[in-house]
Amino acid sequence: MMKSQRTPYEGIVIAAPVTIPYVRYSIESAQWWIGRALGALVAQAGIKASDIDGLCVSSFTMGTDSGIGLTQHFGLCVRWLDTIPLGGASAIAGLRKAARAVQARDADIVACVAGDTNHVDSFRLTLENFSRFNQDAVYPYGAGGANASFALIARNYMRTFGVTREDVGRIAVAQRANALRNPHALMKAPLTLEQYLAARPISDPIHLFDCVMPCAGAEAFLVMREETAASLGLPAARLLSTIERHNAFADDPMQVRGGWAMDVGELYAMAGVKPDDLDVVQTYDDYPVITMMQFEDLGFCKKGEGAEFVRAHDLTIDGDFPHNTSGGQLSVGQAGAAGAYLGLVEGLRQVLGTAGPTQVSNARLGLASGFGMINYDRGLASGAAIFAGPSR
Amino acid sequence: MLQRCEACGAFAYPAREACPSCLSPALAFADAPRLGTLLAETTARVPSDVYFRERAPWRIGLVKMDCGPTIVAHLHADCAEGAPVRMSLQLDKSGQAVAFARPEGETPNMADDRQWREMTADPKFRRVLVTNGRSVIGQEAVVALKAAGVKTVFVGVAEPWRPFAGEDQLRRQEGVEVVTLDAADEKSAADLAADIGGKVDILVNTTEYVRTGGLLDRKGTSIARDEIDQAYLGFINLAQAFGPAMRMRGADGINNSVAWVNILSVYALANWPAFGAYSASQAACLSLSHCLRAELRPGGIKVMNLFTGPVDTEWFQTVPPPKVAPRAIAQAIVSGLRGGLEEMYVGDVAEEIRQRLAANPKALERELDK
Amino acid sequence: MQSKNLLELAGAISSGAVRVVDLTFTLSPDFPVIVLPPEFGQAAPVRIQEISRYDGRGPAWYWNNVTFGEHTGTHFDAPIHWFTGKNLPNNAVDTMPAKDMIAPSCVIDCSAEAAQDPDFVLTVPIVETWEAKHGRIPARHWVLLRTDWSKKGWRDYSNLRDDGAHTPGPNPAVMKWLVEERGIIGFGTETIGTDAGQAGHFEPPYPAHHFLHGAGRYGLQCLCNLDQLPATGAVIVASPLKIQNGSGSPLRVIALVGSN
Repeated sequence: MMKSQRTPYEGIVIAAPVTIPYVRYSIESAQWWIGRALGALVAQAGIKASDIDGLCVSSFTMGTDSGIGLTQHFGLCVRWLDTIPLGGASAIAGLRKAARAVQARDADIVACVAGDTNHVDSFRLTLENFSRFNQDAVYPYGAGGANASFALIARNYMRTFGVTREDVGRIAVAQRANALRNPHALMKAPLTLEQYLAARPISDPIHLFDCVMPCAGAEAFLVMREETAASLGLPAARLLSTIERHNAFADDPMQVRGGWAMDVGELYAMAGVKPDDLDVVQTYDDYPVITMMQFEDLGFCKKGEGAEFVRAHDLTIDGDFPHNTSGGQLSVGQAGAAGAYLGLVEGLRQVLGTAGPTQVSNARLGLASGFGMINYDRGLASGAAIFAGPSR
Repeated sequence: MLQRCEACGAFAYPAREACPSCLSPALAFADAPRLGTLLAETTARVPSDVYFRERAPWRIGLVKMDCGPTIVAHLHADCAEGAPVRMSLQLDKSGQAVAFARPEGETPNMADDRQWREMTADPKFRRVLVTNGRSVIGQEAVVALKAAGVKTVFVGVAEPWRPFAGEDQLRRQEGVEVVTLDAADEKSAADLAADIGGKVDILVNTTEYVRTGGLLDRKGTSIARDEIDQAYLGFINLAQAFGPAMRMRGADGINNSVAWVNILSVYALANWPAFGAYSASQAACLSLSHCLRAELRPGGIKVMNLFTGPVDTEWFQTVPPPKVAPRAIAQAIVSGLRGGLEEMYVGDVAEEIRQRLAANPKALERELDK
Repeated sequence: MQSKNLLELAGAISSGAVRVVDLTFTLSPDFPVIVLPPEFGQAAPVRIQEISRYDGRGPAWYWNNVTFGEHTGTHFDAPIHWFTGKNLPNNAVDTMPAKDMIAPSCVIDCSAEAAQDPDFVLTVPIVETWEAKHGRIPARHWVLLRTDWSKKGWRDYSNLRDDGAHTPGPNPAVMKWLVEERGIIGFGTETIGTDAGQAGHFEPPYPAHHFLHGAGRYGLQCLCNLDQLPATGAVIVASPLKIQNGSGSPLRVIALVGSN
C-alpha cells in the first residue's frame, strides 16, 4: 500500500496555554478542575464561553461522565466534541484532532482540556481498573502498578545499553532545578544526585525520585485558525507538525524504543526543521528512563547513546538543551491526564514568551511529546508535536 | 494453558478475543510449552494493594515464552535474568490463575520458596487435621502427609470405644495425635475445634460413608439419612467448627492456614444408580464445597476437591476393577496441596467420567445406568 | 391401698427415708451404642443440635433438637422389639399397660464372676443359689443382673473384638426358666443389650430377647448404680417414652429403696 503525503497544518495555531496549579490531594471532583481550566481559557483569551464551538476532554477520574456530559455541566454548546482516553498521549492526540477540525472548519475554536482530581484512594483505584489486560495479567502480580511495569522496562533498557542510575538521575536532578523556579511545582526542595541515588527503592531499579507524585490539577489550550486568533488579538503558536503511533514495534520482546522511532523522520520533515533547531524540548517524563529513551527516539542522539547525551548536555532552563522547563511531572506532579498536557502547555508558554520565571531566552521553536497507556508490558501510545512562536 | 489460534497456530497472552497475528476469533486454550526466558525482573517494595503490601518485597518478572508471548509472572527466588524458566499457572490466594516462573531445573529446597508457598498449600511444616482415621484412606493420608513433612497430623476417630483395623499403627506414629472426632456430631466437631481449631493449617475431610443402592431397592430413608448425616451434615459441622478460625488464620505467618481438602466420589458429577443415593450425597457435598470455597476465599484458604472412582475398600467389593488404591488418593492429596490445586481426578475411572461428562453428559447418564 | 399410705410414701421419698437411686446413664452422643454387622441397619446415634442458646437464634431461651434410635442410652425394650413378640397384644411402648412401669426388683450380684470373665453367663444354678439365700424370685418382679460393667471405661464397656462384643449376659436356659417358672416382668443389665455380647451364637440366639419378648415381658439395659440396690425389695420405675408403635425408648430409670 502506498503511503500518501499528509496535509500540512497550514494556518493552524494554538493559544491561551492554561495551568490550574496542582495540589497533592483534592476533595473536589475532576469536573471542578476541568471547569476551572475552561474558565481560565475564556478569561485568558478574552472570549465568551459561547465562542467555544469545539471541545476535547481527557480525564481518568470523571467517573461515569464523558465529554458530552460536560457540555451540559458547563453550559457549552459545541458542534465538535471528543473524549480522548489516551493517558500520557492525550494532549498530542487531542491537538491533532482539534487541528484538523478547525482546519476543515468543522469548528472555529476548540478548547482542549485535561484535568483530574486526586482523592486519597484515587490512584490505587485507577491502577486497579486501568485496563483489561492490566487487570488480568499485571495487577495480580504484586500490584506494583506502573512502577513495577516500568521497572521491568527500565531494568532491561539500562542493562542492554549500559545505563547507570547516575545517568538517569541527571534528568531528574536537572528537572528539579527547573522546578525550583516554578512557583506551582509541588516539589520545592532542591535535589542533588547524591540524594537521588540514596532514595529508597520502590520497585528495583525504580527509586523514589524516579516516580511522579499523583496529584490534582488541570491544563488546557485553544486550537483555532490563524485568522481567528488575529481577529481576537490573541498571541498564538503555529503548529508545524505532529506524529502519533500506537502499539509500535510489537515484536520487540521488551520495550527499548517508543513509536516515535517509527515516525521521527516525518516529524521533522513536516515541520521543515532539524532536532538542532529546537529551542526547548518537553518530553513525557513519567519516569526519567522514558525521557532518555525519547532523546534517542526523537533524534537527539542514536539508540543507546541516551546516557552519553545527558552526560554531555545541561538540561536546565539556562543550559544548552533546555528540557522540561517547568520541572516536568517528576517535580511538578502528575495530575492524571493533565500530565499529558503539562509539557505541551509549558512549551507553548515558552514559544509565546509567557513562561515567566521558567522562560528560556529567545525560545521560538518547541517540541512536546507524549507517551502512555501501559496496557500490559509496555507503553502503547506515543506522539509528538513541533510548534513555533510568533517571532519565528 | 494459553490461548492458541486455531487458524495460524500463534499463542496469545493475555487472553483476548481475536488472534493478534491473524485476527481469527478461533482462540482456544491449549497446553503450551512451559519454557521461557526471564527478560527482566523487579522487586515491588511498596505495592498499592494491601495484600501485597503486607507481603512486600514481592518479586516479579517478564518472561519471554519460547512459544511466543511475553508474560508478567511471579518469580521463584532462584530465577535469574537471562536464564531459562519453567512456567506454570497457579491459583493465587484470591483463586485467580496466575503465571509463576520457576528455574528450569530443580534447585535445593525449591518448594520452600516464600512466593511459591504463597501460591500453594504445601503441607510441609504445617499442621493437618485428617478427620477420619478409621478409614484406610484416612490412615494412608496420615502416612503420606507425615512423609511430606507435616509437623503434626491430628487424626480424628469417632466412637473411640470401637477398635478398628490399623489403630495400633496409627497410634504408634510419631507426630500423629489421635483425637476424638465424630464429624456427624455437632458437639464433637465443636469440642475438637475448641481444642485444636487454632492450629489446623490444613483440614483433610476423609469422611467416608459408602452404601450400595439407589431408591427403589432400598426401604425407607434411614440409610440415606446416615449418608447425609455423615457426608453432608458432617461437612457442615466441620466447616462451622473449623472454617472460621482457618479463614482468620490465612495470613498467620509462614505456616498459615492454607487449605481444605474434600475427598469426593466422581459420581457427585453424574449419578451412578448402583450407588445412587450415595452419589446424591456426594453431589450435595460438591455443591457445598463451592459455597465453602467462596466463604473461605476472603482468608485465602483454598478448597481442593479430590474426585475418585470406586476405591479399593470393602464397600466397593462387588465393583470390578479398575479401582483406586487408598494410597493413590493419599499421594494425590499431597501432590494437590503442593501444586495448590482446586480440583484433582484420581484414577482412571474419575478421569474418564470427567472427560465423558465434558463430551456428552446425556450419553454418560445412559452409560452409568448399567 | 389407701391414699394416706401413698402420701406416706411421698413423704418418705421427700424426707429421704426412701432413697431414690438413679439407674440411668446420661443420654449423650458419645455413649456407646450397639454395633451390628455393617450390612444391617444401624441405630442412629444420639445427636443433640442446638436450636438456640440465648443468642440470635432465640435471645432468651436455650433448647435443642435431639435425635436418637429407640435403642440408645439407658433404654427399654418392648415385646414388639423381637419377632417372638410381634403378634402379642399391647406389645409396644405406647400400648403396654402403664402399671407394668412400676415393679419390684431382685438384684443378682455377679460382679465378681464378670470381673473374671467378660463372657460370663448367668445360669439356673447361679440363680438357684441366689434364691437359697434371698428366697424365691416372686412373679412380676424385675431381675437385674449386677456385673459392675457400668463402672468401666467405654472402650472396655463395649469391649468389641474382631468377633464382636464380649460382655456378660444370661444363657438360654435361665431366661426360659425365669420367664416360665418365675414369671418375671422383665430382665435388666448394665451392658449394651439384655443378652450377652456373644449371644448370637446361643441357641436360640439372643435368648433374653427371645424368651422375654415372646412372653410379653420387658428388657432394660445400660443400667448403672445397681450396686446401690438391695438384693430384694427395691421398686423400679421405668416409663418409656410413649412412641407410637415404638419398640423401646431411652428412659429415666429410678429405683425406690427402703431403709431396711
